[in-house]
Amino acid sequence: MTQLNEALLRSLTPSVLTVLVRRGADFAAAEDAVQDALVEALRVWPAGPPRDAKGWLVTVAWRKFLDATRADAARRRREDRVEEEPDPGPAPAVDDTLQLYFLCAHPSLTPASAVALTLRAVGGLTTRQIAQAYLVPEATMAQRISRAKRTVSHVRFDQPGDVATVLRVLYLVFNEGYSGDVDLAAEAIRLTRQLAAAIDHPEVAGLLALMLLHHARRAARTAPDGSLVPLAEQDRGRWDTALIAEGVGILQAALARDRLGEFQAQAAIAALHADAPTAEETDWVQIVEWYDELTRLTDSPIVRLNRAVAVGEADGPRAGLAALAELDASLPRHTAVAAYLHERDGDPATAARMYAEAAHKASDLAERDHLTRQVARLNTRRCQ
Amino acid sequence: MAKYLLLKHYRGAPAPANDVPMDQWTPEEISAHMQYMNDFAARLEKTGEFVDGQALAPEGAWVRYDGEGRPPVTDGPFAETKDLIAGWMIIDVDSYERAVELAGELSAAPGAGGKPIHEWLELRPFLTAPPTITE
Repeated sequence: MTQLNEALLRSLTPSVLTVLVRRGADFAAAEDAVQDALVEALRVWPAGPPRDAKGWLVTVAWRKFLDATRADAARRRREDRVEEEPDPGPAPAVDDTLQLYFLCAHPSLTPASAVALTLRAVGGLTTRQIAQAYLVPEATMAQRISRAKRTVSHVRFDQPGDVATVLRVLYLVFNEGYSGDVDLAAEAIRLTRQLAAAIDHPEVAGLLALMLLHHARRAARTAPDGSLVPLAEQDRGRWDTALIAEGVGILQAALARDRLGEFQAQAAIAALHADAPTAEETDWVQIVEWYDELTRLTDSPIVRLNRAVAVGEADGPRAGLAALAELDASLPRHTAVAAYLHERDGDPATAARMYAEAAHKASDLAERDHLTRQVARLNTRRCQ
Repeated sequence: MAKYLLLKHYRGAPAPANDVPMDQWTPEEISAHMQYMNDFAARLEKTGEFVDGQALAPEGAWVRYDGEGRPPVTDGPFAETKDLIAGWMIIDVDSYERAVELAGELSAAPGAGGKPIHEWLELRPFLTAPPTITE
């Protein structure tokens, strides 16, 4: 299958699914049928792609649904209402896609279930692809998805939902670090673009801008050996300027509407980094101001920790350490931040000791390796 | 979601409450123990939390590089090795609390007399991949 075909196939998934639901299929059965149709499309399209891709998918998915329902009906005798294939119905409303996002991110779902269901029902990924992306067996992922569908089975499809829950799910998908066959960051961007087309909401725009601005740095984030390159040391020539321009444009339009939210504020910080030709030219004063906004919006301890880093850059390492001292020392990355600020304050011995402690506590492998390298760098320098 | 390793030890863990070695159980007690483990894994698959489970033979060897062009050196097993892993289960769960809850259930597997072993299991978080958004 060519990439174009697969992209087309996946972009059609939500509208095919909503056609089935509008014809009277319940969500769980319709979703299974669409998944079966996608798998069949992946099998037969490479040999002969249909002229009307969506029509093909609707026909095949509906047939799969009828087959499954008939098999069911043999046991349960509840076949009548779906025996006849109904008219295709009116053209799908944009709103249907939005309903699908709401359903898949329903607050009754755990984050992991919402992520899996969104990737399958809205994203059109196969269970196998999702399982590979999250490094679990396909059988486990299949069960996670069917449990998620059971959980939302009581939810009416046309019930209004909360955009904030959808944004959290998309943020989680984007932030997932694993790289497998499926590019989850690119998929999150695609789904957020699609959402932005379905609903006019400044925070949706804010999240899309945030994703684009971070995605723009992707090539510069890792060295050829796979190690992490910190923002200050990244080769800014490798940042994707087209993505940055797009992200900044979307952000500015969102900010102009004067309905600030956490994703717009995070995107603003990313945009200020993107705007600096060199790390030294970063406008840290403005970044601190945005962190103050973010603290007001979320009051998250992680935000306060990142703010302490920014204060250390804007007002010097002593000020950063003072801001850090107000925070709970058990916060993730607290020790790593302290180590960095102590080094900048001219105390490499304390920095080396704290980097070693931070490496021991690190919860991700690349972060641990990065911190261990800092210890090695400082210890080597001191021994010379 | 976060992945955790549940480690079972042949030795090296603190003594369990029901501390009768498996070779002194009745065949029915061994079967009941195995059934409990299999049912536990099957239940976790249904909840979408199972990743992997494997058992290890107690006998193994130590292997090391012995220089260019030479075959690796094998040695052991060494009787003084304190820690001996018996097997593992890997779970993918929403929280640390859930991981502890599941480890507790697995530790209740029946042993001698059909009573829970109260076996100490080692619970270790996986190191993850870095998040995309860091600042």
